[in-house]
Amino acid sequence: MALAALETIRDQFPILKETIRGKRLVYLDSAASTQKPDVVIDTISDYYRHSHANVHRGVHALSQRATDQFENARRLLQGFINAREDAEVIFTKGSTEAINLVAASWGRTFLQPGDRIMLTEMEHHANIVPWQVAAQQTGAEIVVVPILDDGSLDMEAMAKLLDERVKMVGVTHVSNVLGTVNPIAEITRMAHAVGAKVLVDGAQALGHLRMDVQAVGVDFYTMASHKMYGPTGIGALYGRRELLDAMPPYQLGGGMIRSVTFEKATYAALPDKFEPGTPNIADAIGLGAAIEFLSPRLEEAHHLESDLTHYSHERLSEIPGLKIHGTAPGKAGTISFTMADVHPHDIGTILDSEGVAVRAGHHCCQPLMARLGVAATARASFALYNTRDDIDALALALRRVREVFGL
Amino acid sequence: MMSELYQDLILDHNRAPRNRRVIEHPSHEADGHNPLCGDQIHVYAVVRDGVVEDVSFVGQGCAISTASASLMTEALRGRTVEEAEAIFKRFHAMLTDDAAIDGFPEDGLDKLQAFAGVREYPMRVKCATLAWHTLHAALAGDGRVSTE
Repeated sequence: MALAALETIRDQFPILKETIRGKRLVYLDSAASTQKPDVVIDTISDYYRHSHANVHRGVHALSQRATDQFENARRLLQGFINAREDAEVIFTKGSTEAINLVAASWGRTFLQPGDRIMLTEMEHHANIVPWQVAAQQTGAEIVVVPILDDGSLDMEAMAKLLDERVKMVGVTHVSNVLGTVNPIAEITRMAHAVGAKVLVDGAQALGHLRMDVQAVGVDFYTMASHKMYGPTGIGALYGRRELLDAMPPYQLGGGMIRSVTFEKATYAALPDKFEPGTPNIADAIGLGAAIEFLSPRLEEAHHLESDLTHYSHERLSEIPGLKIHGTAPGKAGTISFTMADVHPHDIGTILDSEGVAVRAGHHCCQPLMARLGVAATARASFALYNTRDDIDALALALRRVREVFGL
Repeated sequence: MMSELYQDLILDHNRAPRNRRVIEHPSHEADGHNPLCGDQIHVYAVVRDGVVEDVSFVGQGCAISTASASLMTEALRGRTVEEAEAIFKRFHAMLTDDAAIDGFPEDGLDKLQAFAGVREYPMRVKCATLAWHTLHAALAGDGRVSTE
């Protein structure tokens, strides 16, 4: 990206002008949550100032305006992932709720004793625990695809494990620790060949790469707004209509019914069936604004983040004692590392004192930490507002860690 | 700021923790766990006639939690259980309570003052207090503690 263009983009993120402990903020924690551009902040504020009312039931003008904006956001999301129809996009609190919805609704309905749920060693707890509960409740069992030493999925092992007992394959699109981008099209083909459904956790992916749910053919795809420049508290589940139609509601209440007596209820059509209660209207509309901001810049962002990933591997490899976890080809802008015996939390605190924000911990991936043989890692992750200067600041601050610990 | 937190004393006790050893027949022991960072600690104590005759720990953690465990064992050995609990309360207050900035001026406890800088990093208070919470649980007869 040209420098001028980058400056323009950085200018759109007001928080990047903050100073931390007297230093310029170097924000390298976008895999946890990206910062928000003015257009997202303003859209939410404008909505509350000019358009707020409850959606879907008012006969008055404001309710219509709110409904139009809310449903427009759904169509923006539909277009962004190229879903066949907008009713296949269900708003949720986030990716976690989207996975819970599928595990509870699809899982408890269609899994039987002896069935298998296939997960991978690099899954986030959000794509493990809901399936554990579904397995406990249905008598299904979980099988785990291991990773290779470079952090890529062991596709040979997956092929061996994948047979007609497997009914669901749950896999993350992009690892939040390793940065690995999984071959979800290939995985989907393999899973469908044995009759298994595929759920892809897209939380780490959509802010960084183009996804086409029809071209890939996934059955379910989950999304997190706040990791793609949108607000927190909103996300979505994409599901193929025939699957969503066959699934029972996940939560029950107002707005998701067709008719109710005290004896029984009939449920509304998609997407309302899965959206009981007043939805998070403002943040859905904010997510729509984030998509309008991101979509035209996505390829540019991908290119920039690839450069930063390459550059950070180069700079961090120069630091003695630093080990990068995850070096799969084509990986995304997420770099996990450890440094000799220094605990990642100490790394994180010292970097913070230099104005550099990174994540430290197990990143909700304890099974992966066990595989890597570490209790925790430090993690730097990038977004389209980061620069090579940010990486240089990270490298400099990591040398400060070495000084403090006398390495 | 950073020199306040990662003082030489803390770095030294991280590098070479004192009393990091198993006590074979403790009168009290407990497991401590900080799920946020994966820190695991096991604290042992030998209490006789109300006095902490020996105290030790084993486990893995960050520099702040390791040094805190190490300095805790030095500070509390030979104290009565009541004194130990009172010191724990003061230590916790030093890290969290703005009104308790006096810390530990007296001989024998002054090293604990090194952790006053943790106050600037609230996310790290759990690291600095893990060993203390665990000892507190051991003395109270609770076998497990989590700082979650």
